[in-house]
Amino acid sequence: MSASTSPDTYQPKTRVGRISNFVDTRVGASSIVKEFGRKVFPDHWSFMFGEVALYTFVILLLSGTFLTLFFDPSMAETHYTGSYVPLKGVEMSVAYASTLDLSFDIRGGLFMRQLHHWSALLFVASVSVHMLRVFFTGAFRRPRELNWVVGCVLLILALAAGFTGYSLPDDLLSGNGLRIIDGVIKAIPLIGTYLSMLIFGGEFPGTAIVGRLYVMHILVVPALILLMIAIHLFMVVVHKHTQYPGPGRTENNVVGFPVGPVYAAKAGGFFFIVFGIVAAIAANFQILPIWDYGPYDPSPVSAGTQPDWYIGFVDGALRLMPGVLGDFRFEYVIFGGYTLSLNVLLPALVPAGILFGLMFTWPWIERWVTKDNREHHILDRPRNAPFRTATGVAGVVWYCVMWAAASSDLIATHFHVSLNDVTYWLRALFFIGPIIGFMVTRRICLALQRKDREIVLHGRETGRIVRLPHGEFIEVHEPLNEYKLHRLVDFESPVVQPAVPDANGRITRTEKLRGRLSRFFFEDRVAPVTPAELEAAHSHGHAPVEAAETKAEVTTR
Amino acid sequence: MKALSQKRRHPLAAIALLLMGLLVTGGLYAVAGTVNEAQAATTTYSAQDIEEGEKLFVANCATCHGIGAVGAPEGAHGNQAGPSLIGVGAAAVDFQVGTGRMPMQMTGPQAQQKPAQFTEEQTTQLAAYVASLGAGPEIPSEEILDASKGNPAEGGELFRVNCAMCHNAAAAGGALTRGKFAPTLSGVSEEHIYEAMVTGPQNMPVFNDANITPEGKRDIIAFLKTIEAQGSPGGFALGSLGPVSEGLLIWTAGLGVVIAFTIWLTQRSS
Repeated sequence: MSASTSPDTYQPKTRVGRISNFVDTRVGASSIVKEFGRKVFPDHWSFMFGEVALYTFVILLLSGTFLTLFFDPSMAETHYTGSYVPLKGVEMSVAYASTLDLSFDIRGGLFMRQLHHWSALLFVASVSVHMLRVFFTGAFRRPRELNWVVGCVLLILALAAGFTGYSLPDDLLSGNGLRIIDGVIKAIPLIGTYLSMLIFGGEFPGTAIVGRLYVMHILVVPALILLMIAIHLFMVVVHKHTQYPGPGRTENNVVGFPVGPVYAAKAGGFFFIVFGIVAAIAANFQILPIWDYGPYDPSPVSAGTQPDWYIGFVDGALRLMPGVLGDFRFEYVIFGGYTLSLNVLLPALVPAGILFGLMFTWPWIERWVTKDNREHHILDRPRNAPFRTATGVAGVVWYCVMWAAASSDLIATHFHVSLNDVTYWLRALFFIGPIIGFMVTRRICLALQRKDREIVLHGRETGRIVRLPHGEFIEVHEPLNEYKLHRLVDFESPVVQPAVPDANGRITRTEKLRGRLSRFFFEDRVAPVTPAELEAAHSHGHAPVEAAETKAEVTTR
Repeated sequence: MKALSQKRRHPLAAIALLLMGLLVTGGLYAVAGTVNEAQAATTTYSAQDIEEGEKLFVANCATCHGIGAVGAPEGAHGNQAGPSLIGVGAAAVDFQVGTGRMPMQMTGPQAQQKPAQFTEEQTTQLAAYVASLGAGPEIPSEEILDASKGNPAEGGELFRVNCAMCHNAAAAGGALTRGKFAPTLSGVSEEHIYEAMVTGPQNMPVFNDANITPEGKRDIIAFLKTIEAQGSPGGFALGSLGPVSEGLLIWTAGLGVVIAFTIWLTQRSS
């Protein structure tokens, strides 16, 4: 079957051959396979989290379809008649009753519910880890800025999908979560109350919200996610994959495996591995026992009421916010008798706004500060971009402080400390945590870079002490091989770009700010080892001598 | 009727109305009060029990609660080593001593549960002594503690409305302010659950019989015993702590296993 044979003259001999030739001459599959199958993907474990996210999304679609067959998103009132004894005869919504039926009276239903919920947790977790990998390795730089933005949109959609799903069973926990969202909406100045009435179709909780969230959860949000995934993957193909620095790897090539057959087989197998992991977790670990929480009723709130982990940081920010600060109140009545509830509005919207705002704009911020508009296909090792790594860690620390605050009550009970003290400490960390995180991370990165430099110039310390014939003791340093050397020297270290005057000879205010930021980011830097330095280090005799000594050592044994 | 309406502007009418209002309120209060005490003083203890109990009390409890259980003198900031126990009733003693919370091991935000320090007989003697000092909630009867006679569904509703905000919807416990906490209710005996409701130990409010009827309390016990017996239908319950332990599992074990597989899959190349 030579490729040059024209489709009209080629006559397949077997039945399978005839069928495949029929299909191929009509849809041109072979050219797609030829083109796409030869795409090369570099191999590194940290590149696989995007795949995990994609696979968990597929699991979500599959298990979610099963759930829609039995779930009834109605808020009509009913009395439970299913087989769970502690809720027999209790008044509840049809949505909650059908979720209970799914859990106790439909074969495999509980497993599917747990599979769906666990893969949702893993979905958002793998999206987050994937984004952290992309951020810390600088994979968002030109030409991939737009794909980074698509990824950020996907994260927000993932949160939306998670939250709308969390609110569907109409149990106590989901109702408490919705009540908080209702509070946040109502805290929006002027339009808040009207907006809340619009969303809930009247006063909270109303009888409409579960049905509305259901449409969002099974139709709108997944469709948007699918669209974004398509764009995301298309751009990955267009841009080609990034790779870590290494011998033979340049900005103009991609070193790795072609999609077909090795990579395709691995990726396909990996899908089943991920499915297996999630299924094993779903079969063994209980998640969201809605029967424990009971039907939603606006009066009870259970202790330990938390959202799923990915909404935790908003809940934590709300918990950290003081209602009054000394004599200053965060809640007052403005004109027209409207109440401005800054004690809700600030923590609910500001931290999330800052986090997502910085996340969306970071590629442009970095490009503006560094004045680096070149294409980058070789990734940075995180230590080689101390400013970015430190900024990222500061963001992670900030997020984690809020995240931890969402479990402040459990921290208090499980570590036997005062809940109030936990809150005070976390409030302090909310402000100083990111600063400490930034400074410590930057110092660690610089120290690691200096260590790399040291190793490149003088080799690895082996810990073996050798006595020379004239009595001198030296430690044997083992020079690195070419491969390892390459990894340590092949990086860029941006230098300070001072503010420069524009065409009119004036330094604008933004340019001044840029110059300051550039100095702040890059005044401490460790330059990569130049070939000249390497040459000098080796020629003044260290390495050859040491190599000879090593040899001598070996032969005398 | 006409005669009454003609006198409605009489100077004494307001006073008469006020008196009537006070009488009705007071009468209702008195009735409610006797409802609460309806359980009291149904059991009698022997004089010997009371005598033995007093000896035990003087030896083990009087340091903080004072001779005659009148309570320790108040300190400068109104704090007190031990409160007066007159009128707390036998149920309070049976709960506090029976769960090991008293005698207190150390001062702190809250008395901690520990192995009981007295035998059942000694606990009964102590209860007899304290009950002899003033009327209070009695140790509940077997009849009202029988979980099989309760309705777990009704109890679940009562539990979610009255108890879950501190003890967690799955009765796993929760945090209160300044190091205080509501303990887990799993493994707590029927008797102690009931006594805790009627006496309000530590930071717990009292749920008297007008608030939750004895039958309602039995329903709550039935609910707690049902969920305790059924275990967790979906697998390991992860402490019944809700989304926090679930998130912790997916970020540690879940992602950890995934990462192990990614490393395995990408091994032996470049």
